[in-house]
Amino acid sequence: MKTKTLTLLLGLALIIELVPTSLYSANPAEIVITRDAELQRLIPISITGFTGEALSVLKFDLELVGFTNASPSEAQFLIEGSNDGNLQGKVIDRINKTPILAKSYSGGTIRAQAHAFADEIVNRLRGEKGIFQTKIAFRVRNDNASEIYVSDFDGHNIVQVTHDNSIALTPAWFPGKRILYYTSYIKGNPDIYRHDLTTGERTIIARYSGLNTCPAVSPDGKKLAMILSKAGSPDLYVSDINGQNLVRLTTTRAAESTPSWSPDSKYICFSSQMSGASAIYTIPASGGQPKRVSFGISNATEPNWSPDGKYIIFTANMRDFQICITPATGGTAEVLVQGESPCWAPNSRTVAFVRRSGGRKYISLLDVPTKKVKNIVQMSGDCSQPSWAK
Amino acid sequence: MKPLILTALIASSLILMLTSSGCKSPQKPLTPIPQSPPPKITQPAPTKPFIPEGGTLGNGQKITETPLKTDQQGNVELNNLERFEDRKADREIFKAYTIHFDFDRSEIKPNDIPNLEAIADYLKKNPNDDLLIEGHCDERGTEKYNLALGERRALSAREYLIKLGVSANRIRTISYGEERPVDPGHNEEAWAKNRRAEFLRLLPKE
Repeated sequence: MKTKTLTLLLGLALIIELVPTSLYSANPAEIVITRDAELQRLIPISITGFTGEALSVLKFDLELVGFTNASPSEAQFLIEGSNDGNLQGKVIDRINKTPILAKSYSGGTIRAQAHAFADEIVNRLRGEKGIFQTKIAFRVRNDNASEIYVSDFDGHNIVQVTHDNSIALTPAWFPGKRILYYTSYIKGNPDIYRHDLTTGERTIIARYSGLNTCPAVSPDGKKLAMILSKAGSPDLYVSDINGQNLVRLTTTRAAESTPSWSPDSKYICFSSQMSGASAIYTIPASGGQPKRVSFGISNATEPNWSPDGKYIIFTANMRDFQICITPATGGTAEVLVQGESPCWAPNSRTVAFVRRSGGRKYISLLDVPTKKVKNIVQMSGDCSQPSWAK
Repeated sequence: MKPLILTALIASSLILMLTSSGCKSPQKPLTPIPQSPPPKITQPAPTKPFIPEGGTLGNGQKITETPLKTDQQGNVELNNLERFEDRKADREIFKAYTIHFDFDRSEIKPNDIPNLEAIADYLKKNPNDDLLIEGHCDERGTEKYNLALGERRALSAREYLIKLGVSANRIRTISYGEERPVDPGHNEEAWAKNRRAEFLRLLPKE
């Protein structure tokens, strides 16, 4: 009897060993990810050997994109290493007992090294773009002044960009460059400026009568979308990135606002009240008919097109503000979390947005598939209007 | 005894009725309706009389009236900024004429029409002055959306003044969205005050 049971058990054990228990193998090229289900799955990991900032950075970064802390015996992946001076680490598939990657770093700060390692881990284990070495721009309002700031995506290393003691807002990055476009009232009118963060050089791009705001540079770096009211109503316009060759795209009586480009630079989504309550529309960047894409949720504004082209995330102004998402081709919108002013990270998964609490505004990060939120920037004053560098 | 009490009751209720008929409904905020145009501010006399079409102002600086277009939708183009640059602004003169708006709306309210009529009247009598309209919002609504809404409010007031006969060239708009509230409170009373358009007199160029 005993021998039979033992043989059966051994046999079963063998079968279990032979059948792949996970979708991950030692060779990254063989990683097969069923996108949607995988995105939402929390992957258990164990992080050991790291200390201080290296540890806190690794935990923050990985928890942000759907990894969860587990004990070494329950984790799917073991992340082991040290940061004595410089950071070094390796990732092991605990179930298959195979090493996935090993890295060591030098130069820069420990934070920077930990972020680089976290990028590597996410790239290998989820096949996703790393965002942990990216920057965000936002505005901070104190009393009557509003200035532009830049920080790491996690709110560290905050740098003040404008010092005008005026109103500066709606910052937007030039893709791939350390250049910001924003609106400033320094010349007594809301005008659009281009600000080179490396040289400090500032150029006026649009200074028409009325409103010049919400600049958005196309992903191919060739065009600029913006809201101008020079024709008697806030309308959507497109120009070259230096403001020349201006073309008016909308001619409604209603107000348009907050344009955002499709990743192929061919379409612009924006919010408009042309049908009454605010809704989200798309329009060809070369001109044409606007097409409504937000349905089922009214007072939709501040749309932002995901870098992979699939989704438009936006703010719905209900009794309070809700971040909502809809397929870019149009469809029923889904409510995600309370908040406003969303901006996608380059990975089309993480979103920077604004929360209000205790009469103040601060910047938070949302993991869209799991709806988990982490707060990042809380300074004195209201922090809002985040733009994620891509 | 009973009939006496009854009479007393009837009498007192009658008295109450008579005195309570003068009871007022809750006070509505008073919109100051000007009885006459606001007091004229003395200005240095221009060296030459003002001529509306391509004439001169003060120091002989020529002004050109660019013909402003109205598009098919009825939007009236804004004059370019050159005309309005380096003009001193007087916020006090029309302070009592600030107009207000309903939540998320930019329509002119009937109560505010007398304010606009008084401003139009002043501008017609003072052809050397121009007008700056500031549009403002309360903190509800998103910040970027409120920039556009504030502008729509200023434009709405401008369009009404144009309808009253003020030249479109003379009116400038600036939106401050929710950036410049008059009341920092987080309640309906504060919000109602913040949803407004303010009028500033632009003095002639020096």
